[in-house]
Amino acid sequence: MQTSEDKSRDLFPGALEMMILESLRRQPAHGYALVQHIQQRSNNLLQVEEGSLYPALQRLLKAKLVKSEWTTSPSTSRRVRVYEITKAGLRHLEREVSRFERMLEGIQMVLGPARSTQNS
Amino acid sequence: MRSLRRFAARLANLVTGRRHDQRLLEEMEQHLALQTAENLRAGMPSSEAHRQAALKFGAIGAIRERHREEQSLPFFENLLFDLRYAARMLLRTPGFSLTAIVILALGVGATTAIYTVIDATLLHPLPYPNPSELVRVEDNLPGVGAQHVGISVPEWRDLASSGIFQSVAIAGQGANVNLTGASQPLRLSFKQVTPSYFAVLGVGAQLGRTFNPRDNTPGYNLEVVVSDGLWRREFGADPHIIGKALLLDNDQYQVVGVMPRGFRDQGSTSDEQNVDLWLGAGFAGVPFAPPSRSYRHQSRIVIGRLNPGLSVPAAQARLNALVESLKKQYPADYPVQTAWAVRLIPLSETVVGGIRQLLFLLFGAVALVLLISCVNVANLLLAKASVRAREIAVRQALGAQRRRLIRQLLTEVLLLFLLGGIAGFAVLFSTQHYLVRLIPPSLPHENDIAIGWGVLAFALAVSGAAGVIFGLAPAWLMSRVDLIGTLRQEGRGSSGSRERSHLRHLLVVSELALSLVLMVAACLLLRSFWHLFQVQPGFNPERVMAVQTWLPGPNDPTTDPYQTPAQESVLLREILRRCRTLPGVEDVAIGDEAALPLGHSSPARLPLLREGIETMDNQAPVIDSPTVSPEYFPLLGMPLLRGSLFTDRDRDDTPQVAVINQAAARTYWPNQDPLGKRVRLRLDTRGLAGPATPVWTTIIGVIADARTESLADAAIPLIYRSSYQHAAKDLAIFLRGHLDPSALPAQVRQQVQAIDPTLPVFHAQTLREILSDSLSVRRFSMELVAFFAATALLLAGLGIYGTISYIVSEQRRDIAIRLALGAQRGKILNMVLRRGLVLAAAGAGIGLVGALLVARLMAGLLFGVSPADLPTFAAVTLVLTAVTLAASYIPALRAMRVDPITTLHSQ
Repeated sequence: MQTSEDKSRDLFPGALEMMILESLRRQPAHGYALVQHIQQRSNNLLQVEEGSLYPALQRLLKAKLVKSEWTTSPSTSRRVRVYEITKAGLRHLEREVSRFERMLEGIQMVLGPARSTQNS
Repeated sequence: MRSLRRFAARLANLVTGRRHDQRLLEEMEQHLALQTAENLRAGMPSSEAHRQAALKFGAIGAIRERHREEQSLPFFENLLFDLRYAARMLLRTPGFSLTAIVILALGVGATTAIYTVIDATLLHPLPYPNPSELVRVEDNLPGVGAQHVGISVPEWRDLASSGIFQSVAIAGQGANVNLTGASQPLRLSFKQVTPSYFAVLGVGAQLGRTFNPRDNTPGYNLEVVVSDGLWRREFGADPHIIGKALLLDNDQYQVVGVMPRGFRDQGSTSDEQNVDLWLGAGFAGVPFAPPSRSYRHQSRIVIGRLNPGLSVPAAQARLNALVESLKKQYPADYPVQTAWAVRLIPLSETVVGGIRQLLFLLFGAVALVLLISCVNVANLLLAKASVRAREIAVRQALGAQRRRLIRQLLTEVLLLFLLGGIAGFAVLFSTQHYLVRLIPPSLPHENDIAIGWGVLAFALAVSGAAGVIFGLAPAWLMSRVDLIGTLRQEGRGSSGSRERSHLRHLLVVSELALSLVLMVAACLLLRSFWHLFQVQPGFNPERVMAVQTWLPGPNDPTTDPYQTPAQESVLLREILRRCRTLPGVEDVAIGDEAALPLGHSSPARLPLLREGIETMDNQAPVIDSPTVSPEYFPLLGMPLLRGSLFTDRDRDDTPQVAVINQAAARTYWPNQDPLGKRVRLRLDTRGLAGPATPVWTTIIGVIADARTESLADAAIPLIYRSSYQHAAKDLAIFLRGHLDPSALPAQVRQQVQAIDPTLPVFHAQTLREILSDSLSVRRFSMELVAFFAATALLLAGLGIYGTISYIVSEQRRDIAIRLALGAQRGKILNMVLRRGLVLAAAGAGIGLVGALLVARLMAGLLFGVSPADLPTFAAVTLVLTAVTLAASYIPALRAMRVDPITTLHSQ
């Protein structure tokens, strides 16, 4: 029951991972910063659930698309785990983004004419 | 491949999982701290800041759980968790766990013990390469009702060149030979075999060689192969034994090989398997009769190795064609009316054929015990279910899935069963030396019964399978709890309990039924044994001892000092005279081994040719023929019915005489007076057979039937001949009187060796001992089945006791109300006892039907009692009812003594 609910929160499979990778491509970050970053970049349109973020990060770690390091945050002097994108992660991101764009294009092409027929 | 790698990674996570999890937890806590700090900055009070952060984050536990599920093997992790939990649960109720484990250990241990015997006998009967190619060749003359008539040497050669077999061998059955030259003459068991023998078995020597299969020596080739046992025992494992000479029955043989350790000869008894020596012989020259189709080698067996890929039926078909063509080619040797036939039997059949039924019986009995012990444990589990209903309800209320609950309960049950299985195996393993000694030596393959990995695997498999079968239902029912009702009423009146009590009743009834079946089987066996034990053997074994000796039979008859009956009777009369002087001895008689009641394994069977009826050996029925001295019948108390007995005046040169038993008279001279009839018995001994021209033997007397061949069979035809007219090599000296069994063997040896120092004296036994040995396999099976039945009864009693106790405790409140309303305490007692009786009646009803079926199946093992013996069935039912009543009585008393006030107060 829980798991099915969790899945419905996802935008679509892979979207969260893509956004995490894109954020990390700009600069390494810890989990909290990632949430903040995605929220800001999307103008608060997207709320990243921590319940999805951490498992997603673990999956990316497992797939060697990101790597992590425990460092002490200079501002708060706490031990935090900072994630960084790897070369494989970069390649994966490129592939995923182009695939996503093609998909989006396709979706638009399907939706576009439908709207125009409705309008006319 | 990828999934394999993932599996390996997850397996590694299983080990490192905890550290990993710790890190994730720390990371998430940091996240929360950052969020809280952010909220504080936004102006929230500190408690609210933390609360909002936690709310936004969601359930940490769920995230961890999800992460773990992705990263690890939930199956194994759950298993480990379940196992830990199960171990804790078992330890929490040590009384219950111990009881269940002991019950299961009993069931699994007993089953495994019997399986061990079956594994060694039925499953691996032949310790030779490609055992399925090995067959026994049996010649029969169904036309005259003669079985196992033996093969003639020309027939053997026909078989060898038929293209059906890789090789064929004739083997003499185990017999005696004297090894002289050492301080004491030794009697050894040997087999005379054609040189192809070891080629058939496919076993080579560990030292030296076996016989050359192409050796064509007609008589003995004067080569000997010795067993590993003899080599170690008598020759101190001398590595230079090859080429040494052994003096066997006064002939010199050369040792050519030593068989490997653990080599076991074929045969169905341990006597046949534990042979000391093998002598190579062609069976076609001195001291054997010249080869002839009419000369059959009785009491020798033929074994062959079929060509690879040839099935037994296909080989049989080709053999039948061969037999037909031989019959056409030699019509004089194979008269039509005898219907000569040759049958192939898989060698494994001949090894285990006789005891198969017995082993199946034992295995059936032990399987019932296992079933009953499993049922008992299932019952205990159900009882525990009601106690644990609350725990399970709480867990379900907290969100545990039903499947998960069943799995966990099943793990618990499986752990219990496996522990029981391991305990049973451990007991078996540590007591194996003691247990093997309980097996009677006449059971084949006693030596190979070993407890090893295969047996452990069997024990674990059996307990695992039993655990799944008998654990599923309780686990299923346990997980079906009415949540609200259970939590509110603490497990009382929950909807599962009705189903559970139904199942419990069913289990108890089946337990009772199964134990009734076992008890009936045990009682029938017990009565059979008792009848056999009580049967009038027809001879008097009291105060009689038999001591055996063996006269050497050299290959050259002219060097034999006891060649003719005249020569031997001098020795016999002297032995008799000297033994009569021994202290306490009243009567002495002498006979050959066949005259030893119940004590001989391979009867010497001879063709019986009646004057005017049969003219050839090939047409004649075979008959057991002991030779005895005149004192034999009076000494054993076998009464003469008609005619006369042998006397001291019977000699080589007086007319040949014979005494027959009633069975022989009935079988061969029905409605006639056998006295004065003349017969011929062809001899097949190691010495050259009898006089050149066969003489007629006249029947002079008829004695009453005695069970000297088998206690179970009274009417086996026998023809006795006088020791003074027929030389026998295998002698038994019978002594009667006030004997000292410990001193007598030495005294007899002294007397015999005073006459001839080369004669060994061995196997001194009282007839009572021989009698009881002959029943050893029956006694063994009876005792085992009786033990199993007693176990079953005990377990069934415990089951009844548990069930009735449970019912009483469940109905405590009910009983208390009845009592409070004025019910008589006696009525309460009756009520509970009636419950037990109803269960017993149901169990007995089903059990009686099952017992009838089982008894029908084991009819062949019974003696003097019908499979549907009414007294047995009645008595067993009565005993079962009595046990049920006794087991119900204690809880019934408890019910009667319920104190209404305290009971109603406490609930």
